[in-house]
Amino acid sequence: MTNFLKGESYIKAHISTIILGVLLVVLSCCSLFVGVIDVTPGELFSGDIEALEIFIISRLPRLLAILCTGIGMSGAGLIMQQLCSNKFISPTTGATISSAQFGILLALLFIPGSTLWSRAIFAFITAVLGTWVFVWFIQRIKFKDVVMVPLVGIMFGNVIGGITNYLAYKYEMTQALSSWLVGHFSMVLKGRYEIVWITLPLVILAFIFANHFNIVGLGKDFSKNLGVPYNLVLFSGLTISAMITAGIVVVGSISYIGLIVPNIVAMYKGDKIRGTLVDTALLGAVFVLACDMIGRVAIFPYELPIELIVGILGSLIFIALLFYRLKHGRRAIRLGNGTGCNGAVSNIEGGVSK
Amino acid sequence: MHIKELSKQYDGKTVVDNVTFEIPKGKVISLIGPNGAGKSTVMGMISRLIAHDSGIVDFEGKDIGKWKSKELSKWLAILTQTNNIQMKLTVRELVTFGHFPYSGNHITPKDKEIINRAIEYMELQEFQDRFIDELSGGQRQRALIAMVIAQDTDYVLLDEPTNNLDIYHATNMMKIVRRLCDELGKTVILVLHEINYAAFYSDYICAFKDGKIAKFGTVEEVMTKENLSHIYGVDFEILNIEGKPLSIYY
Repeated sequence: MTNFLKGESYIKAHISTIILGVLLVVLSCCSLFVGVIDVTPGELFSGDIEALEIFIISRLPRLLAILCTGIGMSGAGLIMQQLCSNKFISPTTGATISSAQFGILLALLFIPGSTLWSRAIFAFITAVLGTWVFVWFIQRIKFKDVVMVPLVGIMFGNVIGGITNYLAYKYEMTQALSSWLVGHFSMVLKGRYEIVWITLPLVILAFIFANHFNIVGLGKDFSKNLGVPYNLVLFSGLTISAMITAGIVVVGSISYIGLIVPNIVAMYKGDKIRGTLVDTALLGAVFVLACDMIGRVAIFPYELPIELIVGILGSLIFIALLFYRLKHGRRAIRLGNGTGCNGAVSNIEGGVSK
Repeated sequence: MHIKELSKQYDGKTVVDNVTFEIPKGKVISLIGPNGAGKSTVMGMISRLIAHDSGIVDFEGKDIGKWKSKELSKWLAILTQTNNIQMKLTVRELVTFGHFPYSGNHITPKDKEIINRAIEYMELQEFQDRFIDELSGGQRQRALIAMVIAQDTDYVLLDEPTNNLDIYHATNMMKIVRRLCDELGKTVILVLHEINYAAFYSDYICAFKDGKIAKFGTVEEVMTKENLSHIYGVDFEILNIEGKPLSIYY
């Protein structure tokens, strides 16, 4: 009886995770059999070579790329939001994506015959540097309103994007670059996407250090009190997020997911990363997968880029979130003099005795 | 804990000047003084949140700056005014973070027991799964104290714990401080603005003025008309209530 009760409470506590997991499996199966060339499960199991080839070269890589993108982007967003204790920060609004794109352009310019891996290395370096500079910048400047932080991030990202576009235009790279500026999965084939695998070990790494990230998110004094090295954990965490993002951008960047998915999960599950990371990753994957399928079905047999679908849905959800956060008071939003990236530092520096 | 010739400067301006005193173990010590007297800075330095320019904070035979941060977090807990947590954490999650220096990422049954006891001690059982941003100010304050108890340290430092609390919650807070010392045997160091709370609930008072110690001693020694008038620059009367010297100022 007690065992039964225990089982029941376990299910109750993890009900959202279970629903998301089941939903993801169902959608994944559907996704595998949606496409211009009809592939049915029957053909596959009867050993049809052509069907099997399509499956292995195109459908499966596509699905895996989508799953990794969803998991990675939402995970990276969650870590960035928690570390900076600002719900509006994400790889999109924290200049990470545009920095990674800048890195890809540099790789294309300097190594004309660059492989996926060399581009990825450039993207890693620039994404990490861009994110660090952004966070360093918002730590130095006191913002009165939290909404200012992502606005500055968007501006910063646009400046980097502007430089990228200028260089691309000057060296006639615009066409080559466009495939990285607008994310879509139609080009994902075996051998051209494997870099996204890097997101999985990084997300697991984030899960291991989840409590450290939470404590750092609670502020500099708070982490010092608990013996957690603030700056080390902050910048390691940002590096993990930036690397996840860069790994995905090399295949195709998708905005908004890192911003909205962690926010939706935090609404019902709270902010403890250990408790929310799995849900966040699953919801991210479900969201990207659903958007991808809409994109593939909407003007069948043609395909809309997923960035377009995510952009439309994402911006609507984002506006809804914005209203929710503003309506449900300042509690959910950090004010400048609280803890976290911008607050804690200034509190110590300006904390000349009361 | 011995504090010797401690000084701190900000932009060439001395805020703490040559402060020397000793913190008696197992007592409640209040740091009082007017605004800008340096009491919060001293608190920051003895808790290692602020680095000291010169002097020594001798903690258990070693300067506080030479301690490993993680090791020190098992000895000394500090709650600052900036700890107004707005993260959506449940009370239990918050208290569990308090035990982090011991447990790290792995919570053993023994850790769980310590966390449970901290929650029970602060009578938070019925709120333990509620988010802290849904609690009242007093409950939230109790949750933070439960977190400090879960940190299981000999020394507890509280920076203006009664700030922003009404009389009821502030008085309860001071009673909790007394219990931390009397029942759990902790050394509690407080920064307080309300002199009478300091007088009624602490064992020792350290009064600051202009970055220097104006008077350090037992409550009776510090709470005199002359001392307080000198420190705050206003007129004082001392009354004796329940055997404690309480002040009236005007």
